[in-house]
Amino acid sequence: MSVAKPLPHDAAQLHVTGTARYIDDIPTPAGALHLAFGTSEIARGCYTMTLDAVRAAPGVVAVLTADDLPFANDVSPSIHDEPLLATGTVHYLGQPLFLVVADSHLNARKAARLGNVDYTEETPILTIEQALAANSRFEDGPVVWTKGDVDAAIADAPHQLRGTLNMGGQEHFYLEGQAAVAVPQEGGDMLVHSSTQHPTEIQHKVAEAIGVPMHGVRVEVRRMGGGFGGKESQGNALAVSCAVAARALGRVCKMRYDRDDDMMITGKRHDFRIDYVAGYDDNGKLTGVDFTQMTRCGWALDLSLPVADRAMLHADNAYHLPAARITSHRLKTNTQSATAYRGFGGPQGVFGIERVMDHIADDLGLDPVVVRQRNYYAPMCAEVDQDPPYVQTTPFHMPVTDFILHDMTDHLLETSDYANRRSAIAAWNAANPILKKGIAISPVKFGISFTLSHLNQAGALVHVYQDGSVHLNHGGTEMGQGLFQKVAQVAASRFGIDVSAVKITATDTAKVPNTSATAASSGSDLNGMAVANACDTIRDRIAACLAGLNDTTPDQVQFADGQVTVAGQTFTFAQAAGLAYFNRVSLSATGFYKTPGLKWDRVKGTGNPFFYFAQGAAITEVVIDTLTGENRILRTDILHDAGASLNPALDIGQVEGGYVQGAGWLTTEELIWDDKGRLRTHAPSTYKIPACSDRPDIFNVALWDAPNPAQTIYRSKAVGEPPFMLGISAFLALADAVRACGPNYGDLQAPATAEEILRAVGRTRA
Amino acid sequence: MDVTFLLNGETVQVDAAPTQTLLDWLRVERGLNGTKEGCNEGDCGACSVLVRDDSGDKALNACILFMPQLHGKSVRTVEGISGPDGQLHPVQDAMIKHHGSQCGFCTPGFIASMAAGHAQGRTDHDDVLAGNLCRCTGYAPIIRAAKAAEDQPVPTWLDDALPDVNPATYAPQSLNELATWCAANPDATLIAGATDVGLWVTKQLRDLPDVAFLNRCVELRAVNIDEDIHIGAAATMTEVLALAREYHPHWAEMIRRYGSEQVRNAATIGGNIANGSPIGDNPPALIAMGARLHLRRGDATRDMAIEDFFIAYGKQDRAAGELVTGVTLPKSAPDLRCYKISKRFDQDISAVCGCFNITVTDGLVTDARIAFGGMAGTPHRASNVEAVLIGQPWTQATIDTAAPAFATDYTPMSDMRASAAYRLEIAQNLLRRYFADSKGQATNVLEVSP
Repeated sequence: MSVAKPLPHDAAQLHVTGTARYIDDIPTPAGALHLAFGTSEIARGCYTMTLDAVRAAPGVVAVLTADDLPFANDVSPSIHDEPLLATGTVHYLGQPLFLVVADSHLNARKAARLGNVDYTEETPILTIEQALAANSRFEDGPVVWTKGDVDAAIADAPHQLRGTLNMGGQEHFYLEGQAAVAVPQEGGDMLVHSSTQHPTEIQHKVAEAIGVPMHGVRVEVRRMGGGFGGKESQGNALAVSCAVAARALGRVCKMRYDRDDDMMITGKRHDFRIDYVAGYDDNGKLTGVDFTQMTRCGWALDLSLPVADRAMLHADNAYHLPAARITSHRLKTNTQSATAYRGFGGPQGVFGIERVMDHIADDLGLDPVVVRQRNYYAPMCAEVDQDPPYVQTTPFHMPVTDFILHDMTDHLLETSDYANRRSAIAAWNAANPILKKGIAISPVKFGISFTLSHLNQAGALVHVYQDGSVHLNHGGTEMGQGLFQKVAQVAASRFGIDVSAVKITATDTAKVPNTSATAASSGSDLNGMAVANACDTIRDRIAACLAGLNDTTPDQVQFADGQVTVAGQTFTFAQAAGLAYFNRVSLSATGFYKTPGLKWDRVKGTGNPFFYFAQGAAITEVVIDTLTGENRILRTDILHDAGASLNPALDIGQVEGGYVQGAGWLTTEELIWDDKGRLRTHAPSTYKIPACSDRPDIFNVALWDAPNPAQTIYRSKAVGEPPFMLGISAFLALADAVRACGPNYGDLQAPATAEEILRAVGRTRA
Repeated sequence: MDVTFLLNGETVQVDAAPTQTLLDWLRVERGLNGTKEGCNEGDCGACSVLVRDDSGDKALNACILFMPQLHGKSVRTVEGISGPDGQLHPVQDAMIKHHGSQCGFCTPGFIASMAAGHAQGRTDHDDVLAGNLCRCTGYAPIIRAAKAAEDQPVPTWLDDALPDVNPATYAPQSLNELATWCAANPDATLIAGATDVGLWVTKQLRDLPDVAFLNRCVELRAVNIDEDIHIGAAATMTEVLALAREYHPHWAEMIRRYGSEQVRNAATIGGNIANGSPIGDNPPALIAMGARLHLRRGDATRDMAIEDFFIAYGKQDRAAGELVTGVTLPKSAPDLRCYKISKRFDQDISAVCGCFNITVTDGLVTDARIAFGGMAGTPHRASNVEAVLIGQPWTQATIDTAAPAFATDYTPMSDMRASAAYRLEIAQNLLRRYFADSKGQATNVLEVSP
């Protein structure tokens, strides 16, 4: 069977030979036009503009403002608060004001800088503190979820502590910048190629913008050069611009952001401040926690509400909170509209409670691992022996019935030799006055499913040709995560054929409609099931046909090893397909899947928003320099739960990559805006994602290969986002090293740049 | 400008605009779309190509490589790193087997860098690949692939013979010719590696009408070693690194982290000095070594202590039409230490670069040359700290007395790389590091193992 094999990425051969095609590689006809935005130079205020110089610039074919848009001027994925082009007021520095259409990318970029814009500036609201002071927020007030009497639980506890954790945002830095191409069709229809995780959303926004029903727009995506959430909604502006210009001019239009434009215009991970108050006993066991999560959403709503919700939904991470209050402020600021980013608020929520665990351990002088284990949810089978069954619930009252981190943690502690290394580090630190080592563990328990329950659906379209080759299509998009290969392995397994017989095809809104974004780690869960459903339909038809021809029942027809056996006869799959065709059997089917059992009231904060939890744990060792704050990750050990993996090689790739990206978020990746609201770190020269040598020298990654108790595709688990949170262990290890420097709690903040580490070292010694 | 070079084994002749980048030409003019644009400023490596010239095979960033720089060279893009019949290069094969690609967008650039490292027999893969960013894999599988390919032979199809080309007027071949041209064209832009000027074009969108290219002036690249070391201004930082490894290992360790492989293969030491940046890494090292700078205008030459070249931010002691021809430095500076502090270790511009060269004789400080980048509008000596140190015993007490004097030498600024307070604090702490290092204490996180 094809599933569970560690096959390479489906496009690996194309990647390494430079023949994998991305949006900007699609051949365009002579006369294709290129687009660029003229953008705001202030963060907040009004403006008037004169664009004569732009229009007169070499190569310029057209210049569009909001007044030139024929239909909807909106690229918001949520509440229609995001005009494609500004309408006289600006809300952040970098906001698109006008659209240049020119004969080359370079000419469009040059002309876009020639706008004569006269601004009337207002004082921008930039920070969390400024937004709180101005009560600048989305929704009427904070969202509050509670479980139990948290104030009493904290007040009555033997110990209390409080603290604040600031965490910065994160630029996606997908290597392929945002890009789209629109090809005008007859009768006003539009074909759009977009680097998007959400083709249906592109279709929807383009249809609104050019005034046609959704059936008039077809969106195709073969692959993205990285997404990470940054292409869930942020591609709308480019696709809509291309479509509007192509409609107006009747020519193919292409838009791709230069890297600096991409970073100035598009949204990033939400930065958070989390205030916490915790009560706990002498053993470090929590009695109650009160979290206040403040998040900077930027100027438009975009996806900020579900992001903030997911941060609240992960405020417990792996720990049973007997009483909890989670208060969430969704703050509106004059900065880029923060958007989806791998984990979608989950990492911020998880980071909050992980900080609390370390803070408690520090206060009580306990090993942070022990404090964590004492607060873990009860293990998966713990309730079986009790009557009535003992089931612990999350702060949103969902029973946790599949918790496996006790065993995983024990295993990881052993394979990583944690106890001996912790002693060795203490001895090393005693002998080294300038350099200090630290070690830390962080687990993750991540809820799988879209929290907007209706999004948990997927469709597929499968054709079997009479030569036995298979055409595979589904609503998921490929951004490097290996979804296409994993789903192809599912399809091959259903037919008992080799994966090489399955042709993976571009995501296409004309083949599978009404798709959800490839997001929330749901790609293989949803699309794998939908594809299995479609394949089974066709397989059952072939089985019925062959059974009829051989006077037996369909359950006697076996599909395996590229062959179909029935009544003692063996056919190749191709022969079986040919026979079915000859006997006038439809060899094409759609498939559909919806996740069962979801029930969620986001206003009250109660229900079962998740199908199951994916889990994992990491132990990281670091060294810091107390003179400069310079630091390195020395070793990382990870044990991650991918259920019964569909493809262990691809899943390990997600774990390794997710960890390094997560560690980057909390260390070198620092977004800096000046007091005018200008993002100063808008290129890789100033915004530093991990480079090759930043990965751990020793990097041991293993999968916890146990089937998912939930009925997922081949009992696998989602793996896209959860490992990102394992990078938190790198931050906690740095904090542990800081702790070795002096008598006080270091109160390390994120990102833990060298500068911040040096400040924290100073605080331990103050 | 007429440019002749080999592209994937075939001779091409083009008439290119002076600032036409190789990347745009490949993608727009030739439809060779394998080479990608990731950042358009030489910081991500997605556009890396394999280039052969008279100094061998190397990776370069095509996004800031101007076509006239290619005259007489050979270029292999990812499409030409595979064999003519589609055979895979060993690094391509290994990248598939070791799951080294996910989204695949950075992969062609990685392939080019890996092929260059493979051709050079390199095993320091972190350095070879420091200029290639990947956001998906976390790099581990890429390194596994690079290691797996180490022992495979270099494919024969990559053995390009460099084309015979005519001299190009835009690229003077002798120093006399170049000096004459510069004197006659005092407002022209001189382009060596284009690692800085490239961004004037790709980011500032400037047109540069008058340019000359320095890379074919062999004299300007020459390195001579007698009592001293003389390095021609057009020597690349890769060439300087090889030299420094032999004579000044601590400077070499800083150069190892200067830019990236691709940047060092293009950037020149003269460019790093002449552009006068306050955050260039070589000037503080050269100042601490007591190097002298050589300039020439027409037939007139002069030289100066290198610190005197930097007058103020954006202002150097270089007349119109005058060019930096080289630098002279000592063969030995055993007390030299160079500390580059940046947000990320590799491929990052320094927040602070501090270079110390302190001589202690019989327990007393007899000479001190301390220079910093990132602390002022120019690379600048810490004269007050030096004055406090000289004549004093080499003790922790002396260090603690001297360190506060940095506040009188420098008034650093806050920017996106570091705050003023951090810069000043670590300047003092780097002096403490230098002292601790001299006493044999462990001070370098890069030398710690788990």
